[in-house]
Parts: sequence; structure tokens; C-alpha cells
Amino acid sequence: MIKEIDAILDENPKAGREDLIPLLQEIQENQGYLSENAIIKVGKHLQLPTSKIYGVATFYNQFRFEPKGKYHIQVCRGTACHVLGSSTVLDQLEKHLKIKADQTTKDNLFSIEVVACIGACGLAPVICVNGEFYAKVTSESIKEIVENYRNKND
Amino acid sequence: MSLNIEVNNQKLSAEKGETILEVLKRNGIKVPTLCHIKDMLPTGACRICVVEQRKTGKLIPSCSQPVEDGMDILTNSPKVNEARKTIIELLLSNHPDDCLYCARNMNCELQTLSNTYHVRERRIRGVKNNHHLDLSSASIVRDPAKCILCGRCVRICDEVMGISAIDFINRGSNSIVGPTFNKGLNTSSCINCGQCIMVCPTGALTEKNHFPELLEALNDPKKIVVAQHAPAISVSLAEEFGMEAGKDINGIMNAALRKIGFNKVFDTSFTADLTIMEESAELIERVKNGGTFPMITSCCPGWIKFAEEFYPEFLPNLSSCKSPQQMMGAIIKSHYAQSAKINPEDIYSVSIMPCTAKKFEGQRAEMTSKGISDVDAVLTTRELAALIKLYEIDLNNIEPELADSPLGLRSSAGKIFASSGGVMEAAIRTANYSLTGKELVQFKVKEVRGFKGIKEAKINIDGLELGVAVTSGLQNAKELLAQIKNGRKDIHFIEIMACPGGCIGGGGQPINTDENALIARMKSIYNIDEKESIKVSHKNPEIRDLYRDFLGQPLGEKSHHLLHTTYEERDVLK
Repeated sequence: MIKEIDAILDENPKAGREDLIPLLQEIQENQGYLSENAIIKVGKHLQLPTSKIYGVATFYNQFRFEPKGKYHIQVCRGTACHVLGSSTVLDQLEKHLKIKADQTTKDNLFSIEVVACIGACGLAPVICVNGEFYAKVTSESIKEIVENYRNKND
Repeated sequence: MSLNIEVNNQKLSAEKGETILEVLKRNGIKVPTLCHIKDMLPTGACRICVVEQRKTGKLIPSCSQPVEDGMDILTNSPKVNEARKTIIELLLSNHPDDCLYCARNMNCELQTLSNTYHVRERRIRGVKNNHHLDLSSASIVRDPAKCILCGRCVRICDEVMGISAIDFINRGSNSIVGPTFNKGLNTSSCINCGQCIMVCPTGALTEKNHFPELLEALNDPKKIVVAQHAPAISVSLAEEFGMEAGKDINGIMNAALRKIGFNKVFDTSFTADLTIMEESAELIERVKNGGTFPMITSCCPGWIKFAEEFYPEFLPNLSSCKSPQQMMGAIIKSHYAQSAKINPEDIYSVSIMPCTAKKFEGQRAEMTSKGISDVDAVLTTRELAALIKLYEIDLNNIEPELADSPLGLRSSAGKIFASSGGVMEAAIRTANYSLTGKELVQFKVKEVRGFKGIKEAKINIDGLELGVAVTSGLQNAKELLAQIKNGRKDIHFIEIMACPGGCIGGGGQPINTDENALIARMKSIYNIDEKESIKVSHKNPEIRDLYRDFLGQPLGEKSHHLLHTTYEERDVLK
């Protein structure tokens, strides 16, 4: 079940500024992203200016500011994947979906996230869609993978 | 304990705890700085202040490194100069090349540095970030493309003003400084004080300029263009023309404004007197009828927006008086228009203020009458200087002139509004007279003068013990208001100014205002008070005439409509 922002904050009544990052992580875990509302509410709760919270949140790659799509695509940009062409893969994926990393398509179907190393270097370049891994992807195969998800009827 | 260090083969002594930079500055050795702000904790972010440690050959940032005994330092070695030059070149690598078109051309720290360190070509090419100009604020224009990320604006906004409207966003080469969610400044808690502009080394933060409309009005024969100038302007403008800081050029400024084509030149200090009449009456009324205490001044539009955002519970404490600028605006388009037989729509009313927040105040919806703005354009001290330069007026060769009368004669009580503590002192003088019928023996209230962040005094008026407090720099106001929230009851009247030192240190004042300039301006203001004979607002003959001919009584029906206002809680991203 998805926990509401208020419920998470209520569970941490004594949270101070040192708890900012764990709180943001917990909210993202539950909501899938950090909404503007979440940042405003955390600001009120911790009595910190929203500008500071937004500053901290945008500093770290782990936080996203748009809801995840129905199919969340993680593109590995670790060393092995990089050597085997993951930057081209990411580029093609972005062009194909007409969004950038950390964004979500208008129909809320797809979102892209860049991850540092997924831990499957033998399969490089690798992507992961909703937990399912795709090995040795190419600029061509990635379009096929995306279209298969798009045509899925679930 | 004194430490001995050697700098450029010269022996110097230093105190424990001092930074290298402090020692160097004290001994007249110049070191460039960008991120450094005097009297604030160093961040060591920009590294432009590096010096070389002779023994190790290491470069160390002088702003953040404490001195140690026996240190041997070189401040201009080839290694130091090379490093500084590289830093400048890196800063320039993604900086726009439009210096000639920049508001800070000839007055830009980055430009000066690149000239000092002989940067003559673009050696390093960085990826230019595409940033939108933020024109959303009524007072401040933000151009992130010109930002060098020194962070001075962020720190002033947070540590001195207690607002934190802006902060760093993103990381590394994608970093920018901006409001929450990287939205427009108008959505943020920004109070338009302009202190960020005062510390910005480049043109990334500037005031919003209304020259085109102003010039059109000046050239329109059907328009009656009138000016009012704030108390702080006459002692600040001289610096923009290379004259000594604090020099009072009131008469020359009046003459210059007429040469530019202003039909009438009024003095905002006159409506400062008017503010005192209304505000002291309000204070006495609250004393007599058990009104909300402490009463808090409402002259400062930065403080007003701050209260509306962060302290809505104190809104009933605010004096309902409009600021002197807005009182003058309202009087010009009512009484002046009537007596001069001019249609208010044909008047273009310009106010010249040491302040950027006044631009915001001038366009507040409450500050209009029948859809006509009371004040049409607000210029800062800097913009007035630019206007005088545009009209090629030689300030050294014009005769001083008086302001227009009525609305131009002031008491010195109205003039001291320019300094933190001035409103309080002027109000005490008139409240004393209203309550006792006698003038004070000693007009000077020295406890409320000076640059201290929070100043307090106990005033005894005919047995009525009045606790007064004066603060400037809103971080200080926060402290004082916290004490009051915690039950402090011995303070009855508070003056709050947003900018440190009051309007003389306003965000519309000459860039590069330093401590010495502030001291000189304040001294000049109190000198005027010292040597002039009308030291109280209620003895200003034009104020008496205005009440007799037009307003009636302080807090009367007409005053209520024209000179008083209301406040409301503001929902912003804070």
C-alpha cells in the first residue's frame, strides 16, 4: 500500500534537519517521486526553507521529481556498459520516447532513469524495465523492447 | 598571543584566530575575493584568493585558512597569478560575452578581475547553459547565465535577511542559483529587498528597470511628470559620481531633476513627517484604547512582505500607515492634482528610492485609487545616477535648488528616516509633544542610533513608560519577534527595517557600498538633524497647512482613505 506524505511525516514527529534525506527517501519510496507538495510539506515539518530542500534533493541523483511511468526503464551507465556503448543506447531511447532521463512520457507509460551500475556487467549494455533485465541491448533492440511494452494489454 | 608571519619577504604580526586574508587586508596587501563576505564564515568556494606557501609550494585559500606562527606566504608569485588567472578563465568559459550590453558593464567584479589578470582571449570553452531570464519579480531581474555561483546572494538572503528565497539547485556543471522548483522569483518568499543585488559580483541579479516608460512620459507634453526623492538619496547619490561618501547633494539633485524635465520635485521626507503625524497619533490611540501591542512600523515594504509571509500573526501589530512613498503618491494624485487643477491621469509620478522593494510596493493593488496607481515608476539611487548621466548633466556645475512647495519642505525628523532608528526617534519626538504639549529638552535618542542589529530603549513620556526597540537586517527582526512570541511584554513600539543600517544600506544603493560608505551616510543624516532648526514633524509648517486645508485631523476620514492601508497573509513558497 502507498503511504501518504502526511502519514510518513506523522510517523517522524521529532524529525530535525539531519533527517531530511532519509525522509525524502522514504517519501520517494512510497510515492515513486518527490512532488512539489511533498517538498513543501517536508519544509513545514522540519521548519526548513523549501529552497534548501529543493537544493538538497536536486543535488542527489537518487531523487526524481516526476512520477514514474507505468514502465520504468533503468539504463545502466556503469563502466562496463559504457565501454560497450550504453551512451548510444540511452541517446536512442531518449529520442525514441521523446523524453530525457528522469522524465516521464505524457501518457505516463514510460519513464527513464540512469543508474550507475546495475551489477550485471557480464550482460552489458544492460537495461532493466520494472525489474526485468534485458541483456546486450543495442540501439535497435531497445526500440523493439519499448514497443513490446507499449502493445502489452495489461 | 601574537603570531609572526612573513608575507612577500615582509615580516608581519598576526593574532591567533585571524585568517590569512584578514592579516593581509589589515596590512594593505590586496588579494582578490569573490565568494568572501566580510564578517561571515568563509566558504572557500571560489579559490580566487589563493596564496602560495613558500616552503611547500602549496596554494591555500587565504579567506578560510587561519594564520599559523612562522607562516611564509607569497601573494603574487607566478604560481599564484597563474592559478588565479585560470580560475577566471574557467569562470569565463561559459559566461556570456555581452559585457557591452550588460547592466553591470564597467562595474563588474568578474570584468575587473579578468582585466587585472590580463585575460585577453577565451582560452577555455565551456558548454553554455541555456537559462531563461527571470522577469517575474516586480523588483529584481535574475539572469542565471551570468551567475558565477559564488553564493553570496544565497548567504545574504539566508543569514542576514533570514529568508532563503534562493539556493543552489542541481550539481556540478548543471548548478544554478534559483528559487524553489526553479520557478520565478515572484512565486518565492523573496521580499524584493535587493541585498542580493548589492553582493552580486556580476549582472546575474539586477533591478527591474522602467526607463522606456519614464522617458516616454518625460517626452510627452501632455504629462505632468513629478518626482519625489527619499531621505537617503541625497546622501548616497554623490558616490555614483565619484564624490566623497555621505556628501549631501540635496539641492544639486533637485536642480538636476528639473533639468531632466521633471515638472515638480517633491521630497519624500515631507511625507515622512506626515507618516509621523499619523503613526504617532495611532500609537497614542492604541495606548488610550488598549490597541494591539507592540505596534510595529510599516514604512519598509521589504519588512511588510516578510510579515505577510512569515508572521501573519503580527499583522494586527503593524501600523496601518502607508509608507512615506505611498503617502506622497496618494497626496500627489489627490490634493496636489486638485489644487493644481490637473487630471490625476495626466500625472506621471516617479519616486526615487534607495530600495528595490519599493518597486513592488508601488504596484500593490491597495496602492491605487480608482484604477490609477499612486506611484507610476520607482527608480533606485543607481537608476537616478544613470538617468542623470543619460541627460549629460554635470553635477559639479549646477546651482543647488530647493524642492517644490508645498510637499517639499521637511523637518529634520523626516530626514532621519534614512537611518535605522530614525522613524522611532522622529515618532518619539512627536508623540511626546502630543501627550504632554511640551517639546523634548533633548531630541537625540542615542540608544536607537547606530548599526547594532537590535537596539532598545526605555522612554518616559510624562509617566508613561514606553519600551521601544529598533531592528534592521531581518534576521535580527526574527530574533526580536521570537522574544515577543515567547511572552516578552516590555516592548510597546518597534521599528523594523529590512536592510542592515536602514534605508542608507538599501538594495537600490550604489553597488560596492562598503562599511565606510554606510557610516559616512549615517553621519551625514544626523549632521543634518543636528544643524537644522525644525527637528520635529509637527512643526513642519507645510504639514500644518496640509491638515488645515485638506486632511483635517490625523487619523481622520481623509487620512483613513488616503494614508492608511491593510495587509493580508501571503501564500508563497517558503
